[in-house]
Amino acid sequence: MASNTKSGMVERSGKAAWLTHLGMVIGIAIVCFPIYLAFVASTWQQQDLIRPPMPLLPGGYFVENYSRALLSGINAPVWRMLFNSMVMALGIAFGKIVISLLSAFAIVYFRFPFRNVFFWLIFLTLMLPVEVRIVPTYEVAANFGMLNSYSGLILPLIASATATFLFRQFYMTVPDELAEAARVDGAKPMRFFIDILLPMSRTNIAALFVILFIYGWNQYLWPLLITTDPQMNTIVMGIKQMFPSGDDWVDWPVVMATAILAMLPPVAVVVFMQNLFIKGLVETEK
Amino acid sequence: MSTISLKSVRKSYGNTEVIHGVDMEVNDGEFIVIVGPSGCGKSTLLRMVAGLETVTDGEIHIDGQRVNDLEPMDRNIAMVFQNYALYPHMSVFDNMAYGLKIAGRPKPEIAERVQSAAKLLQLEDYLDRKPRQLSGGQRQRVAMGRAIVRKPAVFLFDEPLSNLDAKLRVQMRLEIKALQRELGITSLYVTHDQVEAMTLADRMIVMHDGVAEQIGAPMEVYEHPKTRFVGGFIGSPPMNFLSRRSLVDAGKLLAAKRPELDGDEDAALGLRPEHLSLTTPSKAMIKATMQYVEPLGAETLVHTRLATGESLTLRLEGAAKVPDPGSECNVSFDPAHVSVF
Repeated sequence: MASNTKSGMVERSGKAAWLTHLGMVIGIAIVCFPIYLAFVASTWQQQDLIRPPMPLLPGGYFVENYSRALLSGINAPVWRMLFNSMVMALGIAFGKIVISLLSAFAIVYFRFPFRNVFFWLIFLTLMLPVEVRIVPTYEVAANFGMLNSYSGLILPLIASATATFLFRQFYMTVPDELAEAARVDGAKPMRFFIDILLPMSRTNIAALFVILFIYGWNQYLWPLLITTDPQMNTIVMGIKQMFPSGDDWVDWPVVMATAILAMLPPVAVVVFMQNLFIKGLVETEK
Repeated sequence: MSTISLKSVRKSYGNTEVIHGVDMEVNDGEFIVIVGPSGCGKSTLLRMVAGLETVTDGEIHIDGQRVNDLEPMDRNIAMVFQNYALYPHMSVFDNMAYGLKIAGRPKPEIAERVQSAAKLLQLEDYLDRKPRQLSGGQRQRVAMGRAIVRKPAVFLFDEPLSNLDAKLRVQMRLEIKALQRELGITSLYVTHDQVEAMTLADRMIVMHDGVAEQIGAPMEVYEHPKTRFVGGFIGSPPMNFLSRRSLVDAGKLLAAKRPELDGDEDAALGLRPEHLSLTTPSKAMIKATMQYVEPLGAETLVHTRLATGESLTLRLEGAAKVPDPGSECNVSFDPAHVSVF
């Protein structure tokens, strides 16, 4: 990261450079310490953890704890919950992107009655996040028989005013002449959409995918409500389900291993897509 | 090879009529330039021919076929846009090939047609590049190439040179002219630049406020402007306009040589700057006060003011010797060159 420091930025030398680095290291340490602790806890046995002082260096039970978590878990095996989360996050990300690409296309490029009304209706739904409409949404999902199903996890969360708005703004920066040139070239609207608009929005799509994947992965309240079968639990809510009610003891090593595992996919998405992600947020290609 | 005919074409947006009935016959292979100030409706007219704007009233025929309700792609036209409108994510080759691909042409034919267009436009080395890696002039060529490969009946140009710098504009102007000659494709070309209009056009349409004020060959329009607007718009520096009253001294001379000009005292007389010359007091037809001089090397522009307050610009060949500012100067002209409005 240090290698691509822009020469135009303010450069510090000597003491100042050390001080800023020290500040950053302390900041990073504060953020990372709990994660490190979780990792440490996931490599010891239960009895080592509950007897103070808690160990601060990794123990020798990494393989046992993680395989126990992955294969059997507490309520459901973690691999199953990871799979559920993956289906949900991918479903939400792809679904939101496809729907908002198309609705933005309709709003920007077609003149139909009440076009602006529709746009503002979509925009209004920003004021109605899942938490606000959760009871009626649950009612609808239940009536459709979508409890304990992937469609129940995905569909109610799939419309996105934010993404629609983002693509609308992007399309509006695309010169009208491009659409006209395509018309003269003989491209029908969907052809124009697929051949011209879609490739032009690919960096925006990538940036949005990262955000939406993490949004889907981190869903907590909705899966908690709509899935009762442990086999359909998602990982984020699944961690919560691992805490027993009453006086039962908590299996900390397995819970911590699960937490670490739950963090990996979003981290992987950010790491592998960060180039495209940053491009999508800063670059405008005309 | 084809013709275009416009029959009292009108365009309204809501209740506002922006084009008030334009009639025009374009012959096969002709290069027609539509020229006028911004907002005169020239681009709207072109876009109606292209099919990008609906026609409110009147008829447009291409090759004898009524095209009012046809989609742009069914009109057999190709258009070059002011900002080029190249597809930014496609290579030069793909940009040019896109229309043919949609038309479902076989790949070898597409490759061959793009190659020959690229050769014509000297773009062969750039076929793999993206538009953003090209200079303005090259992008302009790609836009032309995209039009050429389709072998259309009609070329439509919408101010294609406005985004280029002055030097490149002159060069591309010559290239467009040569290309159109070589291909012999009927062309409509919109511009606000009267120099482009004069140099490119076989015939030009001067538009003003949604009306075609004059249609004719460039020199004909230049020498015999039908309206005061045309006289003022075509030619640089613009035509001088004087009321007949200002020409008392010249009146008799005028009446003798151009009897048809005698009459309406309110009529405006149009005098081109290059038709005016400085002379001795005895031969003076107009007396004016010297204001300032612009020596441009090949020509000298002399700005004077009449006693009536009207200004008069003379264009003299070379580095002419002129009176000092503030002094009186004597102007004469050949009555044969006077236009009356």
